Amino acid sequence: MQTQLYEIALTWQGADMAEAAENRSQKPQSFQEIILRLQNYWAAKGCAVLQPYDMEVGAGTFHPATTLRALGPRAWAAAYVQPSRRPTDGRYGENPNRLQHYYQYQVIIKPSPPDLQELYLGSLRAIGIDDALHDIRFVEDDWESPTLGAWGLGWEVWCDGMEVSQFTYFQQVGGHDCKPVSGELTYGLERLAMYVLGVDHVMDMPFNAPDAMIPLSYGDVFRQTEQEYSRWNFDQADTDTLLQHFKDAEAECQRIISADATDSAGRSIIMAHPAYDQCIKASHLFNLLDARGVISVTERQAYIGRVRALAKMCADAFVQTAAGSA
Amino acid sequence: MADLLIELFSEEIPARMQAGASDALKKLVTDGLVDAGLTYAHATAFATPRRLALAVQGLSDHSPTLCEERRGPKVGAPEKAIEGFLRSTGLSMDDLSIQDDKKGQVYIAHVTTEGRAAPVIVAEVLERTIRNFPWPKSMRWGTGSLRWVRPLHSILCILSQEDGAQVVPLDVDGIVSGDTTRGHRFMVPDTFSVANFEDYAAKLKRAKVILDPAERAGHIWNEASQLAFAQGLELVEDKGLLAEVAGLVEWPVVLMGRIEEQFLDLPPEVLQTSMKEHQKFFSVRDPKAGQIVGFVTVANRDTADQGATILAGNQKVLAARLSDAKFFWDNDLRLVSDVKLEGMGAGLSDVTFHNKLGSQADRIERIAALAREIAPLLGADAEMAEQAARVAKADLRSGMVGEFPELQGVMGRYYALKGGYAPEVADACRDHYSPLGPSDDVPTAPVTVAVALADKLDTLTGFWAIDEKPTGSKDPFALRRAALGVIRLVLGNKVRGGITSMLMKPIVNHIVDLAMKSNEYFALSSQIPESQDPQIRQILLEAKMQATKVGIEAIEALRDEKTLQNKSEFAINDLTNFFHDRLKVYLRDQGVRHDVIDACLAMPNNDDLTLLVKRAEALSDLLKTDDGENLLQGFKRANNILTQAEEKDGVEYSFGPEPKLAETDAERALFAALDHAEAAITPAMASEDFATAMHAMAGLRAPIDAFFDAVQINAENQILRRNRLNLLHRIRATCLQVADLTKVNG
Repeated sequence: MQTQLYEIALTWQGADMAEAAENRSQKPQSFQEIILRLQNYWAAKGCAVLQPYDMEVGAGTFHPATTLRALGPRAWAAAYVQPSRRPTDGRYGENPNRLQHYYQYQVIIKPSPPDLQELYLGSLRAIGIDDALHDIRFVEDDWESPTLGAWGLGWEVWCDGMEVSQFTYFQQVGGHDCKPVSGELTYGLERLAMYVLGVDHVMDMPFNAPDAMIPLSYGDVFRQTEQEYSRWNFDQADTDTLLQHFKDAEAECQRIISADATDSAGRSIIMAHPAYDQCIKASHLFNLLDARGVISVTERQAYIGRVRALAKMCADAFVQTAAGSA
Repeated sequence: MADLLIELFSEEIPARMQAGASDALKKLVTDGLVDAGLTYAHATAFATPRRLALAVQGLSDHSPTLCEERRGPKVGAPEKAIEGFLRSTGLSMDDLSIQDDKKGQVYIAHVTTEGRAAPVIVAEVLERTIRNFPWPKSMRWGTGSLRWVRPLHSILCILSQEDGAQVVPLDVDGIVSGDTTRGHRFMVPDTFSVANFEDYAAKLKRAKVILDPAERAGHIWNEASQLAFAQGLELVEDKGLLAEVAGLVEWPVVLMGRIEEQFLDLPPEVLQTSMKEHQKFFSVRDPKAGQIVGFVTVANRDTADQGATILAGNQKVLAARLSDAKFFWDNDLRLVSDVKLEGMGAGLSDVTFHNKLGSQADRIERIAALAREIAPLLGADAEMAEQAARVAKADLRSGMVGEFPELQGVMGRYYALKGGYAPEVADACRDHYSPLGPSDDVPTAPVTVAVALADKLDTLTGFWAIDEKPTGSKDPFALRRAALGVIRLVLGNKVRGGITSMLMKPIVNHIVDLAMKSNEYFALSSQIPESQDPQIRQILLEAKMQATKVGIEAIEALRDEKTLQNKSEFAINDLTNFFHDRLKVYLRDQGVRHDVIDACLAMPNNDDLTLLVKRAEALSDLLKTDDGENLLQGFKRANNILTQAEEKDGVEYSFGPEPKLAETDAERALFAALDHAEAAITPAMASEDFATAMHAMAGLRAPIDAFFDAVQINAENQILRRNRLNLLHRIRATCLQVADLTKVNG
């Protein structure tokens, strides 16, 4: 709006310039610095900084620190990096921003605090996105995970027209209503970092500082693995073995859940997490089978339904454990 | 009198819900206020991404005090009845008066309901509104159980008069009402208080929020048009996008950029779709080159660098998106030049259309055969129609349509032209999905019409064959839309020939197909005991289960040809009726009365929709004239008298009246008029010129009226009576040639 712009722009400009100058000196130099800044920011805001889950998952949401901890009444706040695998997105390291293995940064806070949007915007400032110069927008995007039986409402966050995060208020997980509601933030780290660092191809992105003793690019670290996994995912993974593994994981999950809660020594221990590990496994095996192109359109729904049934069983079990109940 | 101002301030409301939400806020609050006895002069609602606001002017201060007189039980009625009356009125015995009544004395209560102050009512209505708000999707947050579209942060609710404003006290699950709001999220985030609506709107504008969505949209449109104009370009109009973008910003700042050279040879539809769907950009066209060359994006803030950073960022995102699109385009073109559209569509055999109706490839096979069959009816070359049908859906397997499903058809045309197909085939690729909606253009190119009709007829007959018909509000396969498409194609192209004969072959083919398929299942299942391999056994078991679910009925049908025939006949009749129902709905929307359609449906060849509509339109026009309306009365009178007499006498008076027996001039005139009318009607009907036939029929109005005035039908003389009844029969027969007037109301 041009009319009142002039006067206000003058007063603002001074402030903007100062802040912009400060931000310039503060601009992160590498992929890892962005991760470190997010870690520091959310640690300072009181989140437990966890480490990645030690299994193959498709997204940070699958980490039990999100999926299971979103259930039940206990308060929770955690932040972590999660390496994520999406076999169908492999492009042999050639596509500027598609990868079959990438990183998500995940924040989960229960109950969702009233100033979660402000906290989130603070994290963008922390990694050098100055909201006086950029256009940050919350655009409707409701989240649903058919394999987890989970959904929530929220937005994708746009920075100058690019999606930089997913922001969700969890309503249901594993078929259970979330009470209280968790707020979940997911940053696609490569894409976000490429934008902040001004890099056009992910493989060219500095992984550590460009002036480090041994500067490494993202490509130095991951180009070869992208090639190797793309070939394996698309052409080589043995589908009979994968199918068998899927069935095994499914059966083991069911067996763990249906085991007696009381062990041989008379202790009552519900094994929600070990069962959930099998559910995660089944989900990843399904993704691999999908990448191999052996799952037809009609079968797809059936497989997703089978994984969802496991997720639901695990959620049912978790809410009976100490961490999942009052 | 006071003015009410409400603002519900929340986290970002989805753009597509804002208009509906502001309407709902206005309706729920004003209806609530009126129901509670308040009056108001005027109400306006607004929405921005973060707030819903309602301004109500001239709200009364109190609801009126109501005095009501209520009749109770009779004096001396049982104790319990009197106690009940006292309880319901909240009065005691002393408050009641006694009045005389026809049946004796009764107790009368005077109940006074005190008026309530506006703030009390407003608080009550607003709380109810918030708790029952009709969001398409709502959520909980934090530890609360309140539902809103996204977390609700504050409620502003004030009643203002000349001497100041008062907060209407309200507490909804811990959100306490006040007189404050906030400005733009980034530019002026501070809280400020407001005194009335004008103050609110003005302070918001200073705080970088334009409250009125229409003003934001207008601003965006004007600024964007000017930016384009300044560079000799023009903005591509898109009202839906404009409304959506206006719902994404509180402070619209319009920025224009150019599309990189390397993407300019992409089809304009691709550029437009990619920019709109992914980025919410408007397209900017170079009118001289007729090309899309730029874009307009709308930011939500002013910046010190006049938007340079924002524009550069958007440009970068766009380049990445268009690189994807270009990758698909180049790949698709290479594929078409290598293997033609037939090769591109090869994968359609892996795409299930419906589990009982086979793959998309099976369907295309059927459509091609049908298009060939009906081509002569439409003046299309059969060979070309078949070829067009075979390739029309190939683009569903292209990379571009995989990315942008809304470009189906459009891409098909480009690829067909690049693949060297005839322009008629290319057009059929693009247009055979039409018409989609009731206002969509109807294709007229014969090859396109053949494919479009065959496509829709295959869908309809297929679902009828498997008995998956629309019920009530459920129509998951959009069969009503398909039928309307057929109707509009037939009428729009004046296609002749009955719809039933068009349906016959595809329906029977479907039914036999299904029976054959289930027979295969049957054959498989009979092998089960022989198979040793557990995996094969499993597959066969599943097949058997499938067969039980899908096919047993059809297998029986195939064994018994008679059943198969009955099944086909039933489906054909049922589908023809469905078409008639859809046609009625369509014609009613065009202003043709229901009974008029029924009158025409009762005539022969009623499955020839073009003929049917021609007849209905002529009858409809006739009934709009006085002559037509009076003729109808005359016809009904003749028909009633005749029908009664025929029932009473147990004979049909169809012998033919004898002119010599005419006694009066009126009678003789009617004979002459009938001769005259029939001479005109018979050739007109033969050439399907309904307007002329109806006009001739309307000419009977005066002679019939005069006849009834002058002549008594049931004369003493039985010969005269019979002759006059035979004359009435002639009137009936003449009129019924044109339409079944007995079915017309009036």
